[in-house]
Amino acid sequence: MSVLVFIETRGTKVAKAALEALTYGRKVADASGTTVTAVTFGDAPADQLGALSANKVVVARAVKTDDGQQLTKLVSAVAQAEGAQVIVFTQDNLGKAVAPRVAARLKAGQVAGAITLPDTANGFRVKRNVFSGKAQAWVEITSPTKVISMMPNSIPIEAGTGGATVEEFSGDLGTARITVKETRAAGAGIPLPEAEIVVSAGRGMKGPENWAGVEELAKLLGGATACSRPVADMHWRPHHEHVGQTGVAIRPNCYIAIGISGAIQHLAGVNQSKVIAVINKDPEAPFFKAADYGIVGDAFEVLPKLIEAAKKLKAEH
Amino acid sequence: MKTLVLISQVPDTTARIAFTNSNTQFDGNGVTFIVNPYDEWYALVRALELKEAQGGTVTSITVGGVDTEATIRKALAIGADDAVRVDAQPNDAFEVAEQIAAYAKDKAYDLILAGKETIDHNGGQVGAMLAELLDLPYLPVVSKLDVAGTTATLECDVKGGVEVCEVALPLVVGCAKGMAEQRIPNMRGIMAARTKPLTVVPGATVEVTARTVAFELPPAKQACKMIPADDAGKLIELLHTEAKVI
Ligand SMILES: Cc1cc2nc3c(=O)[nH]c(=O)nc-3n(C[C@H](O)[C@H](O)[C@H](O)COP(=O)(O)OP(=O)(O)OC[C@H]3O[C@@H](n4cnc5c(N)ncnc54)[C@H](O)[C@@H]3O)c2cc1C
Ligand SMILES: Nc1ncnc2c1ncn2[C@@H]1O[C@H](COP(=O)(O)O)[C@@H](O)[C@H]1O
Repeated sequence: MSVLVFIETRGTKVAKAALEALTYGRKVADASGTTVTAVTFGDAPADQLGALSANKVVVARAVKTDDGQQLTKLVSAVAQAEGAQVIVFTQDNLGKAVAPRVAARLKAGQVAGAITLPDTANGFRVKRNVFSGKAQAWVEITSPTKVISMMPNSIPIEAGTGGATVEEFSGDLGTARITVKETRAAGAGIPLPEAEIVVSAGRGMKGPENWAGVEELAKLLGGATACSRPVADMHWRPHHEHVGQTGVAIRPNCYIAIGISGAIQHLAGVNQSKVIAVINKDPEAPFFKAADYGIVGDAFEVLPKLIEAAKKLKAEH
Repeated sequence: MKTLVLISQVPDTTARIAFTNSNTQFDGNGVTFIVNPYDEWYALVRALELKEAQGGTVTSITVGGVDTEATIRKALAIGADDAVRVDAQPNDAFEVAEQIAAYAKDKAYDLILAGKETIDHNGGQVGAMLAELLDLPYLPVVSKLDVAGTTATLECDVKGGVEVCEVALPLVVGCAKGMAEQRIPNMRGIMAARTKPLTVVPGATVEVTARTVAFELPPAKQACKMIPADDAGKLIELLHTEAKVI
């Protein structure tokens, strides 16, 4: 019996999402008096994972690509060998390729996008966001094996105690059916779904030529840039920056929205942010109802002041 | 090419979200239902574009009650050749996937297109579960899809960028923004949809592994703290000292 945590790592650095998943797994394991096994692949820094919250690390060195089927076989095989009762994933793009497959393969119920630890007072229940953040739902898993895909940024990271054993996985995972032909990095900055701070702008910016200030503020704050849907549709900004109901859903610590009206479909993708600050010249803009901080004013006057203040803050710290 | 498109019905994006039966059910009273935008704008339209270029058929499939038929007709109006409704009331993504797998397993579809997620359930699960049940590859967030012969070329959103992948047909794809543009059905399409075949098949017996037991509305936001525009820099200060998020 154990808790299994699926970890994606690239290069030598353990990603924040991986640390969150390990913390989550540790808490589930502690609550039921069992151990944590991390399962990972490729050139993952297995020793580092061992120094975190895992008791044991299983690494499949031969798996080099994100082939959902190979990774599903890997996780399922380790889950069976370890007698895992709970398998933890991150609800990110790779998690979405693997977790539901593992659930289907093992006939395990899945909670996709968990925002709480399991409540076991009454069955096995986990809370998740539904209706694009406009509501939350308690999902009960009734099968013996349980799959939980944790929403990024929903648990504070805790350091582990260390001292895990590392094992190489040697079973047969078949051949990859997905061939990666080319990888294109999405610019130099922080990927939007992982950013703690997001500076976002909408049609109020009037045109793509006015984005330098938005980018500068994001850079000064160590954040990423985002935009509303019409802005991406008009090709002022790349489509991967489009947040909302039909774009990317994000939950940063801080979301700064400039010249965005706050339509319900936009809010659906950002309403999980911890703190929302809105700059809009219209005091009636719906976004103010969802905001923690607001400035009624012209973006072209406000933005330089924000940049100046951010420079000052940066110089002081 | 034989394509199956997974069409789900969801509340309109502006619908008021409320619950009934001691918060165990969505309150559909007065709510307009639509085709899930990812299924309609991206999966269905791209399937039609590929058919227009290369020939073949596009079938839509929906797991749901008779109340989903107006939504299914919309998919037919946009251009699907025929529609299947699996008559069942699923309470979880796995039940949907099992129902579709039971129907599709011996039909040899070349391509199965799903949305990247439903805007009510937000799981992003059904496509991947279906792929596992049918032993097919699945890519969850695809912004571009082309097919040449028996090979699909896809652009997939991955951590930190985009991967261009090649996969031999058949496969299941989670369709996202970028793949196609929304199409508004025209009068001819709407007329034609009335007579296109909509086959109702009984639901299979499926295994239940999870279910939603209760809904809640998120905690209400506190009032917004207003900062005068001429003192805008104060915002940065407050985000740092008060909110402690920068
Ligand atoms: C099914 C569906 C799905 C959708 N999905 C999404 C989605 O995922 N994401 C999304 O963003 N939208 C989505 N939309 C569109 C959404 O309804 C809105 O149309 C869109 O969010 C508006 O973008 P905006 O706020 O940038 O533009 P606008 O609505 O034009 O608002 C511009 C705002 O800028 C303000 N402004 C103008 N000039 C200035 C200035 N100089 N200084 C300061 N403020 C200024 C205005 O007061 C206004 O509030 C969807 C719509 C539908 C129907
Ligand atoms: N009841 C359903 N009938 C048919 N397809 C569905 C149904 N529910 C979900 N899907 C498909 O699966 C995708 C992902 O759904 P979900 O796992 O709920 O986020 C949707 O975009 C649809 O394409």
